[in-house]
Amino acid sequence: MRKVTVFQKSNKAKKEQIFNLLLGSSVIILFLASWEFLFQFKVVNPLFISAPSRVVLAEITMIKDGSLLSNLSVSAKEFLLGYGAAIIIGFPFGIMLGWFKLIRGSFGPFIAALQATPRIALMPLFIIWFGLGITSKIVVVLMSAIFPLIVNLRVAMTTIDSDLIHVARAYGASRWQIFRSIAFPTSLPFLMTGLRLAAGRGLLGVIVAEVFGGAEGIGYMIQYAGSTFQTDKVFASVLVVAVTGITLDFTLDRLGRYFDRWRGEVAVH
Amino acid sequence: MNDAGNIKRMVKLSVSDLVIGYLDKQTGHTMVAVDKVNLDVREGEFVTIVGLSGCGKSTFLNAIAGLVKHQYGEIRVNDRIVNGPGSDRAMVFQKASLLPWRKVGRNITYGLELGGMKPTEAKEKASYYVNLIRLNGFENHYPYQLSGGMQQRVNLARALACDPEVLLLDEPFAALDAITRELMQNELLELCEKVGKTVLMVTHQIDEAVLLSDRVIIFAARPAYVLADITIPISRPRKSCIKDSEEFRGLMSQIWAIIEGNANIGGGI
Repeated sequence: MRKVTVFQKSNKAKKEQIFNLLLGSSVIILFLASWEFLFQFKVVNPLFISAPSRVVLAEITMIKDGSLLSNLSVSAKEFLLGYGAAIIIGFPFGIMLGWFKLIRGSFGPFIAALQATPRIALMPLFIIWFGLGITSKIVVVLMSAIFPLIVNLRVAMTTIDSDLIHVARAYGASRWQIFRSIAFPTSLPFLMTGLRLAAGRGLLGVIVAEVFGGAEGIGYMIQYAGSTFQTDKVFASVLVVAVTGITLDFTLDRLGRYFDRWRGEVAVH
Repeated sequence: MNDAGNIKRMVKLSVSDLVIGYLDKQTGHTMVAVDKVNLDVREGEFVTIVGLSGCGKSTFLNAIAGLVKHQYGEIRVNDRIVNGPGSDRAMVFQKASLLPWRKVGRNITYGLELGGMKPTEAKEKASYYVNLIRLNGFENHYPYQLSGGMQQRVNLARALACDPEVLLLDEPFAALDAITRELMQNELLELCEKVGKTVLMVTHQIDEAVLLSDRVIIFAARPAYVLADITIPISRPRKSCIKDSEEFRGLMSQIWAIIEGNANIGGGI
């Protein structure tokens, strides 16, 4: 009897899910339709707003002439190198910042000051230091993505359950054993949240850096298309960025749930 | 164990003239929490300490576990002086404090792993203890999937798996509901008769103390010293139904009278 109730409940939840999906997509369809309408009937200057159909055509052109793939691969390379460096540096540094009082005391204020500085404002300096090539962009991604990681892992270290440490100590655990068996597992869900935030910031960083200066990458494409009034290409490029961002976020969310599987209360959303 | 009084068994745990002080942060004075306590626990004996809450009995137990430093006196296990946590003692805390990211099996082997046992070897041991605490089929469950009583059983198994010389229980059932507590008391009774461990327990429940113990030690409140050392002559194996007997009730009221008398003198409630 109990099982039947549970079953009905999940059925109801499923129905609600489908309803919400329909509701959400109908708004998007309505938006796209009115956009197309404004364009087709020239309510607004077509040069300014383009149209969904034009964007799709531009997308196809960009794929066919190879410009999308070549620029996307440049942006991807910049992003991955910067993001990877942010993880390699940010993960251990954030943990050390939370774990060692001395490091927290000495580096804490410096990190806070750096974090408050808008990284993109430093772009002219990065260009002077690292040139217009991909290095300056990698640095921007690194600087954008590293702080969410550091902050999250630092917080992770402060949320360690002191009862668990008490137990570990009672069983004669060394500081290193406590770190490995308690601090590290505690940090993983925080690492996953940090990775998600960092991915968003890093993606933003790479695009803005390319818009700022350079001769390749999706951001450059956006900048170039915009300055030559190819609004359809601007939209088409932005769409690529958006889809990449959503895919990345979805993947990291799934991965995060895997690391959270021992936490019962984490249900769907 | 039935005739623990007649056969002089080896002294497993010996505490002599133990004094534990602590700094009262409000007044700045050094306060005495435990005042010259002497206690011998023999092999296979189950000894329980009862007393008013905050009387220092948990501090005493923590000192034996090696988690709290003492200022004067000596603690010896198997005639070796205790100077910190060690594998010859294992503590069961009031809160189960299982590592939430480890499944039941690996929680049981946690103490063994900290002691340096190889995972494969520890795993074999785990299955024996899973059996002992009757959690067969739950080896691969995460702690959040278990009830409070089951979690506490895992906590107990984690301590037993280390095969300590002395098992320390710090109000092990205080966090459980009344029914579960009664059931757990019965289980501990059975378990102790099966494994024959030397046990030192701290509790608030007088009935629990009488049911499980060979001796009940009554601590005076603030600072703690031994008020009375009462031998429980009820023969073993015991069943929980002895709680209804005249002898049992007599012992309970005897212990209660001593505690109450001390509380009135000290005004210590």
